[in-house]
Amino acid sequence: MSKLKYSISIISAASAAVLAPLAYARNPFEFETPVTPVAHDTLHVHNLFLGVIGVIFAIGMAILLYSIYRHRKSRGHQPASFAAPAGRLQWILALIPFLILTFIDYVVMGIPAYHAEVAMANTKEDATLVIKVTGSQWKWQYEYPEQGIKFTSNLATPREQIESRKPTDPNYLLEVDRPLVLPVGEKVRVLLTSTDVIHSWWVPSFGVKQDAVPGFLRETWVKIDTPGVYRGQCGELCGVGHAYMPIVVVAKTQPEFQQWLAQEKTAEAAALAESGKTYDLAQLAAMGKKVYDTNCVACHQANGLGIPGAFPPIAAGHPFSAAAPLTDDLAQRGFYRDGKIALGSVAQHIDIVLRGIPGTPMPAFGASLSDADIAAVVTYERNDFGNHTNETVQPTDVKAARAAK
Amino acid sequence: MSQAITHDEHDEHHPRGLTRWLFTTNHKEIGVLYMLFGLTMFMVGGLLAMLIRAELFEPGLQFLKPQIYNQLITLHGLVMVFAALMPVTTGLANYLIPMMIGAPDMALPRLNNWGFWLLPPAAVLLVLPFGLELLGIGNGPIDTGWTIYAPLSVQSGLGVDFAILAVLLLGASSLLSSINVIVTVLNMRAPGMTLMKMPIFVWSWLMTAFLLIAVFPVLVGGVGMLLGDRHFGTHFFNAAGGGDPVLWQHLFWFFGHPEVYILLLPTAGVMPHILATFARKPMYGYRGQVYSYWAIGVLSVIVWAHHMFTSGMPVGAQLYFMYSTMLISVPVAVLFFCWIATLWRGAMTFETPMLFALGYIVLFGIGGLTGLVLADAVADQQYHNSYFLVAHFHYALFGGPIMGVIAAAYFYLPKITGRMYSERLGRWHFWLTMIGFNITFMAQFFVGIAGMPRRIPDYALQFADLNMVSSLGAFVLGAAQLLFVYNVIMTWRGVGRKATGQVWDGARGLEFTLPSPPPLHSFTEQPVIR
Repeated sequence: MSKLKYSISIISAASAAVLAPLAYARNPFEFETPVTPVAHDTLHVHNLFLGVIGVIFAIGMAILLYSIYRHRKSRGHQPASFAAPAGRLQWILALIPFLILTFIDYVVMGIPAYHAEVAMANTKEDATLVIKVTGSQWKWQYEYPEQGIKFTSNLATPREQIESRKPTDPNYLLEVDRPLVLPVGEKVRVLLTSTDVIHSWWVPSFGVKQDAVPGFLRETWVKIDTPGVYRGQCGELCGVGHAYMPIVVVAKTQPEFQQWLAQEKTAEAAALAESGKTYDLAQLAAMGKKVYDTNCVACHQANGLGIPGAFPPIAAGHPFSAAAPLTDDLAQRGFYRDGKIALGSVAQHIDIVLRGIPGTPMPAFGASLSDADIAAVVTYERNDFGNHTNETVQPTDVKAARAAK
Repeated sequence: MSQAITHDEHDEHHPRGLTRWLFTTNHKEIGVLYMLFGLTMFMVGGLLAMLIRAELFEPGLQFLKPQIYNQLITLHGLVMVFAALMPVTTGLANYLIPMMIGAPDMALPRLNNWGFWLLPPAAVLLVLPFGLELLGIGNGPIDTGWTIYAPLSVQSGLGVDFAILAVLLLGASSLLSSINVIVTVLNMRAPGMTLMKMPIFVWSWLMTAFLLIAVFPVLVGGVGMLLGDRHFGTHFFNAAGGGDPVLWQHLFWFFGHPEVYILLLPTAGVMPHILATFARKPMYGYRGQVYSYWAIGVLSVIVWAHHMFTSGMPVGAQLYFMYSTMLISVPVAVLFFCWIATLWRGAMTFETPMLFALGYIVLFGIGGLTGLVLADAVADQQYHNSYFLVAHFHYALFGGPIMGVIAAAYFYLPKITGRMYSERLGRWHFWLTMIGFNITFMAQFFVGIAGMPRRIPDYALQFADLNMVSSLGAFVLGAAQLLFVYNVIMTWRGVGRKATGQVWDGARGLEFTLPSPPPLHSFTEQPVIR
């Protein structure tokens, strides 16, 4: 009686495990739709391998289940006493599975894997566009060295959605403020590096996952065959913001891509012009809040109180203790007195944001933020979170600070 | 009989109470301490997993901040590997090896005591930063993932230092127990027991001990370098100072891959004993299995960089690590072949240890086969650090070692306590574990193929359904383990009928010639093996 119950429970468990993913729209055994040669290769290899191991597993299971069914004491089966292959024939029979396995390893799976590996490693040949991807805690920076374009791509999902205070968008956690734009039909060589810890640039539709290692250059390549929007995420644990640095790539046709390049150049020129403008306090604070919410909030928090022991508060008068390199630097710059955060000078404030604090998690934003952005965020920080200095910092101040070193 | 009387006299002088356990040099008592410690930490690690699955039940952040989430996944890994599984397999070695080879005790009993008592401080060090954080010191335990990748681990808080100290203690403990096993096995076997007549569990542990001595010092050296980078101005893992972050990965995985087999081999060694007992048939292919242990041991130290296919290696290295990894499938397949051939044409019954042993074959089979897929350097671009990988290594490490030690626990519990456990609860435990486990981790295979990265506290909406399924499975799996703990406690307290010396009618081996529970010193007169 109980045996029947057991069989029913195991069957229902197995079917639950198998059926659950089938409620899913796409084929649960396949990766996201591949759009590059490497991804097509990978999917092919993946399907082949799953098939092969599926067959091996089925054969093993069939033998095991047959034996469990037939060779049981309750059916009165008498145990045999063999303990090793007896005679030449049995030895040959026993060795055959392992020959087949070796054949599967090195021929059925090994040969396609070899070709796929060689193709994946061929990053240079016929590449017409080079881009550089830099991972930082917790954002990606994209650079087109030959075109002179460079920008940072931040998570665009609002904080309220993450904290479940607002309903989520369809692309929850997979939306950025500025996506990477690539042309279709062109081989793009992707160089990767990082400014702090190891990140990994992973876009499933491209079949590409490559670590970005600080101090080293890694490379991979993509040749996208269909225009569209492709999303991915960081693939290597990189700290508290690891879940919050998605990758969005917009693939455009060649003419559209050229048009986008031209637009970017005009925008860059406009930004340059903006760095000569002056703004009032309210304008700067409004612009600064946006910059803060995308670049600073992960560490210093939305309320500006930071995380005790790791990330200092922005608001003056709050107690803070952390490792010596961080507190020493802050004290030297006048931002730290008697175990509390103090208000330092504007020049030092700009310098920290521009160049970071070496040896601590505080990164240099000089490369990723414009003069106007830095001016705005410094102004915002000095006039919010309980700080009321009424000081404004203009883009020209930042420009001067940049030139100073 | 005269033997038993001598033991009783000996027991008179044995300290009682707490000091008995603190100062014991007896292999059985130390073995039991190891196993109870491992079981406790298994429940701790399991609790951490439950918290993780609760957070992942739905998209959005519900219970845990990202920082705490990272700490929980890190501790879950470290606790399960170092504080749960390794102690339990070491406990089995301590308890069983002297009995299996006809020796009175382990060769180095005081060292044995020291080896165990290094463990609790190590476990405390891992979780202590939680308490320190409450006192306002530091920002909690290690949060870098159990792989402790530099430079994140150089940047991270004081929890990393505590984990480094814990690893140093754990390393010392493992080396001591490994030396003890090797010395005992090579010197104290009963007359007539040649190496190729040893019970296969003893062989598996001999190989494990060699592996531990070969690779654990590399991890200890690695964490020493990490400590240097964090506090003493060295730059082993910092490119700006001429170092390389990827060097850490090489050091870690040179230890980390053999570690998988360090966890696996002892349970692979218990399997033939259990299968042969309940199939009432001699184990199949003893020599083949012993040679496979050696092959696995040797291969395991030359394949480490298959954990690093996305770190950026030359094509030649990618190909080498891919093909060498595939080679491991052959000796592992030999083990599967021998296990199934041991069952073939036997007269099987399905007591709880047998159920878990059969579950081991199925689940570890899935873990092994998906490992073959992961060996492919190109396809690994999609699997690496996705939930596919998480599912794979849980099939390999829960499906293998944990199912194995649970099977061993049920198999030897009557021998250790002298009482039979509850077969009914055992069966419930088995089926709930199988159902819960497969739901949890099958869902993770699929969510990984769909592109979900591991180690994230929050995820995109297309992963929501499968994560909910996985969490529900995990809760069943977690709850099922409470039945196990209850069953063990009840058996310990003497509920259940008395076990005979042989316990199972098909059981063979020297340990089953002793009464249940066995006397403190197994064989004061060595038995002679024909």
